[in-house]
Amino acid sequence: MSLVGWYFKAIGKRRIIEFILLTVFAVFFAGPLLNLVVLAFSGQWAYPDRLPHQWSFKWWSFVMGQDDVAKSIGLSFLIATIVTALSIVLCVPAAYAFARIRFPFKRVFLFSFLLTHAFPKMGLYVSIAVLFYKVGLMNTMLGVVLVHMINVLMFMTWIPTAAFRNIQAAQEESARDAGATPFRVFRSITLPMAMPGIMVASVFTFLNSLDEAQGTFLVGIPDIKTMPIIMYSIIADFPSSAGAVFSIILTAPTIILLLAAQRLISADVMASGFQVK
Amino acid sequence: MSVQLAVRGLTKRYKTGEGVSGIDLEVNKGELVTLLGPSGCGKTTVLRGIGGFLEPDAGEILIEGKSVTKLPPEKRPTSMVFQSYNLWPHMSVFDNLAFGLKIRGMPKADIRSAVSDALRLVRLPGSEKKYPTQLSGGQQQRVALARSLLLKPAVLLLDEPFSALDAKLRHEMREELRDIQTQTGLTMVFVTHDQEEALSLSDRIVVMNHGHIEQIAEPQRIYNEPQTLYVARFIGKMNFLEGVVDGERIRAAGLEWPNAKRLAGKVKVAVRPEDVGLSVISDHQEEQGLGLTGKIKQIMILGHYAEVSVDADEHGTIRAFQSKEAVQRLRAGDGVRLSFASIIAYPND
Repeated sequence: MSLVGWYFKAIGKRRIIEFILLTVFAVFFAGPLLNLVVLAFSGQWAYPDRLPHQWSFKWWSFVMGQDDVAKSIGLSFLIATIVTALSIVLCVPAAYAFARIRFPFKRVFLFSFLLTHAFPKMGLYVSIAVLFYKVGLMNTMLGVVLVHMINVLMFMTWIPTAAFRNIQAAQEESARDAGATPFRVFRSITLPMAMPGIMVASVFTFLNSLDEAQGTFLVGIPDIKTMPIIMYSIIADFPSSAGAVFSIILTAPTIILLLAAQRLISADVMASGFQVK
Repeated sequence: MSVQLAVRGLTKRYKTGEGVSGIDLEVNKGELVTLLGPSGCGKTTVLRGIGGFLEPDAGEILIEGKSVTKLPPEKRPTSMVFQSYNLWPHMSVFDNLAFGLKIRGMPKADIRSAVSDALRLVRLPGSEKKYPTQLSGGQQQRVALARSLLLKPAVLLLDEPFSALDAKLRHEMREELRDIQTQTGLTMVFVTHDQEEALSLSDRIVVMNHGHIEQIAEPQRIYNEPQTLYVARFIGKMNFLEGVVDGERIRAAGLEWPNAKRLAGKVKVAVRPEDVGLSVISDHQEEQGLGLTGKIKQIMILGHYAEVSVDADEHGTIRAFQSKEAVQRLRAGDGVRLSFASIIAYPND
């Protein structure tokens, strides 16, 4: 028996299939990212070379040197922060109400948040733009913030609603019993217990806002140019290496935030947000 | 003995039709009173009414002579141990126990020593730093009990606290609760649907049914002298015979007893299985005559005693508890004569 034959037999068919699947997955998943990184650091790279002819930071200094870019990074983070903060203020109390208070058509209301995701986004944005034009919200930061918020309303309400629902009445009543006022119970028991769900929803909201391009483009142009908008023009106007550099800049916060939130993001928290009870 | 808790005319109706009405109850200082009944009988409603977790439609609740009817739970001198989900999972055991004491503004050093004392009392010394998820179900209930004990409530309320635990642990926890009660002299109201738990634990039992009280008495009295047919059916095992009043006598199944309760018309005669005597009818003996006879259907050995089912024709199956010595004389299929050491008669419902 050849050595290779023995090797395959020792490992077993199943392990080999698993290994192949993993490799295919890794290539599909990491391949484009790897290409992006290589592209971002390439000076000269001509087909059919496998690797760049020359490595360089020149596109990094070029992209960073653009006035628009530095401004757009700041603006994007500012908008994402405002969107997240406003969504928390608006949606967390709503989620608490959905979880705790009985009112007519509760399920219908809860389900209606799905509507903004049911239509083609562009159609929704165009109709919003028409409305914003009438009330003077076009080309304003507030307009962009509102468009971003519409996108995250569903996550921001559903996930915390599930988090509040998972808190048992006895846990809150025990605290009342121990002498806590209703407000103290909310602050010390209910809110901390729902915090993982709220955090997950907030990270989503932040990233979603950072990434949003269509609505921002329609409502914010020409003055409110966030990172994704700038990226469009950079990709259109400069070699692909500039686009790659910018993509990495845009991806970095996502990866950092996801790593930070990894502890909180469990499949449970996510899945429970999508059970309509 | 002073009255620690008084419930007067407590009424609460739910939209579903369930609820309680006209509940009157007095609990003395240092007493452990159990509310016993099937699910939906209103026992938890009464407990939640005392704890302030529901607003009664009518009635009054007094603790140490003062009305607390209008007070929210955090202002009442009561503390409740729930069936489950008692602890706050995001807090350590220490923080769980210290929560109420911090609200009361107790100095930190005092909180530390009080918490460690309470944990020792529930046999979990040194577990301050653990989190609820690291504890077993029984340990969690002990911590919950410690948390309530720390608040030094005037009345401790327990809502089926051990029903989620397995039988052996439940037994241990009962004994420990009884120990703690003797040590602390706390007044306790305990809700359960488990009659064994009620009988073994309580100073007095309140048997509830459909939102009202059937009987309030000591465990032994509840068992020996059930006041109503419902209690007779609900507590322990009981045989029932159809009877009829004939002046000063009650007659049933060819037997008769004095009509002590002065009942009239048709009655139900109740006999505990341990009060049923069996004597074998030998072949040459006359089978007719006074008294109730039957045929042994089944003998079930239950350790130190046996349950014998006797088929007594139109009177149905009569169960008798026999000692393991007595049961050796009996065989399935034997004809037996039944005798009743004592009976209780109830008006037909």
